[in-house]
Amino acid sequence: MPNTLYDKIWNDHLVDQQDDGTALLFVDRHLVHEVTSPQAFEGLRNSKRKVRHPKLTLAVADHNVPTTDRSKGISDQESKIQVDTLESNCKEFGIKLFGMNDKRQGIVHIIGPEQGFTQPGTVIVCGDSHTATHGAFGSLAFGIGTSEVEHVLATQTLVQKKAKNFRINVNGKLPLGVTSKDVILQIIGKIGTAGGTGCVVEYAGGLIRSLSVEQRMTICNMTIEGGARAGLIAPDEKIFKYLKDKPMSPKGKDWDKALEYWKSLKTDDGAKFDKEINLEANEISPMITWGTSPQDVITIDEKIPNPQNEMDEDKKNSLERALNYMGLKPNMSAKDIKIDKVFIGSCTNGRIEDLREAAKILKDKKIASHVHAMVVPGSGLVKEQAEQEGLDKIFVNSGFEWREPGCSMCLAMNADKLKPEERCASTSNRNFEGRQGRGGRTHLVSPGMAAAAAISGNLDDVRKYQN
Amino acid sequence: MQKFNTLKSIPAYLPIVNIDTDMIIPKQFLKTIKRTGLGKNLFFEMRYDDKGKEINDFILNQNPFNNSKILIAGKNFGCGSSREHAPWALLDFGITCVISSSFADIFYSNCFKNGILPIILDEEKIKELSEYANRKEEISIDLNEEKIMYGNSKINFKIDSFKKKCLLEGLDDIALSLKKSDKIQNFEKDLKDKKPWIFND
Repeated sequence: MPNTLYDKIWNDHLVDQQDDGTALLFVDRHLVHEVTSPQAFEGLRNSKRKVRHPKLTLAVADHNVPTTDRSKGISDQESKIQVDTLESNCKEFGIKLFGMNDKRQGIVHIIGPEQGFTQPGTVIVCGDSHTATHGAFGSLAFGIGTSEVEHVLATQTLVQKKAKNFRINVNGKLPLGVTSKDVILQIIGKIGTAGGTGCVVEYAGGLIRSLSVEQRMTICNMTIEGGARAGLIAPDEKIFKYLKDKPMSPKGKDWDKALEYWKSLKTDDGAKFDKEINLEANEISPMITWGTSPQDVITIDEKIPNPQNEMDEDKKNSLERALNYMGLKPNMSAKDIKIDKVFIGSCTNGRIEDLREAAKILKDKKIASHVHAMVVPGSGLVKEQAEQEGLDKIFVNSGFEWREPGCSMCLAMNADKLKPEERCASTSNRNFEGRQGRGGRTHLVSPGMAAAAAISGNLDDVRKYQN
Repeated sequence: MQKFNTLKSIPAYLPIVNIDTDMIIPKQFLKTIKRTGLGKNLFFEMRYDDKGKEINDFILNQNPFNNSKILIAGKNFGCGSSREHAPWALLDFGITCVISSSFADIFYSNCFKNGILPIILDEEKIKELSEYANRKEEISIDLNEEKIMYGNSKINFKIDSFKKKCLLEGLDDIALSLKKSDKIQNFEKDLKDKKPWIFND
């Protein structure tokens, strides 16, 4: 019987399956960060259990770390305790950790691929919903809760039920100024935030194959915003080339053997999908979110929706609630939305190509005087690379702040946050109420669109600044 | 884990769709290294004003809903992050059953690890139950029978048999999986032969 890529990875990791379909799945790679792990390690200690395979686990502190000068440590006491706790837990249980001052430190979903820890055909988990990012390598990668983190640490397995197969085909070519961020925002707008619930998504089609490894990561990253726990893409030469000679990639004979296996990782012709949709890339424009859910998307040329046009009472109420929170009027043009802040970074758009894309727009330009803007590279290595290319100077000369790596204002657990009613053009992944700070208003955009907004001082069309 | 068997309570009705994990428990409370103590900050931004005073309009600030053990909410409850702090906050507040027409996957599975029963019902049935909430009348839930009783009526719900067993008996997932150690070991042995690169040796 023809199988999907998800079927194949699933079957390849079955340790046990009960009659009711409940399966025990082997976990090849486990990423750990400071926020969702302390209670898991505590659980292990209380029940006197060990970590089954410390070498299959990699830890890093990212959510709480300051993005300003780190030489003085973390001033927020609670944040400091959480980061220190991760350090002592890793020491106690023998887990490799990239400390705050290690240049390999960064957002967990950026360092996994960077180190070659992320590999095709593996099952990768992390106590973080954006684990879906790693699916770009043809792995089955998904977020788990802290109880499951403890379960993986203790058993190197996870109790799971198989999800449905959902294929999203994107064909055609991206118009100028349109990026993979716009593609995924468009997809979420189309299927809704619960559209992928209960599914694993496979992204396929000519456009997907044409994307770079990093662009693919942006798409897989936001799969969870469409409700699916995991999104994956069949690995190809671009992926193999990316992984070759990474510190934790297989070496020598192992590499040859791995490569042979990786090449077999694709959906068979005729495999059955429970759900399937098609998109044409040529029809996608630069997108923004206007509301408080990632499904609230419009193109930069469109107007804010009017609740009066909504027949369904519940939908009308939720529209009104979102507009009220966002401080927007129905029917106003997207380009009339004035912004206060710009954030470029996060596991969605904090990689080197994202920074290049934004820098290209900002070169020899100044940001609007009322805008406060910052760039937070996704990792120390991304930061180093950007500095080698002189991107930091472009950002700083235009008026951006150039920060240390971490999750930063994507979720505002550290000192970087919006004040009430402050409005931000952000390259992150969630525009939920309060996400970037209590009362803060988030518009999700691509890095180029964030740069354009910074220059104009309002949401604007990146194509205006394209050379 | 606390066993879940039957439950009787006046439900609280929160008619908002897409209630995300940031709404359930905002990030400033994720800095804890404990599982307990999050209840007072459940739905923090809807529950307290800027000065930290309770907002009277919010349902869980009103008597008798401040003692509700059952929460009825709009569709796609628990979307967003994987943070288990969301079910921990509900549990610490005293809520051990959430009823919605749909749940986000990770939140749904996190509930079962904490003795919380998430029930999926049609929108119509939700509307019917919400009237009981509005009238401050009790409803009861029987997990074993997969039934909700209210007034003279009842609704059946469905739940995965293994998840049901774990809730009813308060089983520890890890202990159950460790009983399969032999199978895990065999799998690992096989893996070392077939994919030696996985183990990073």
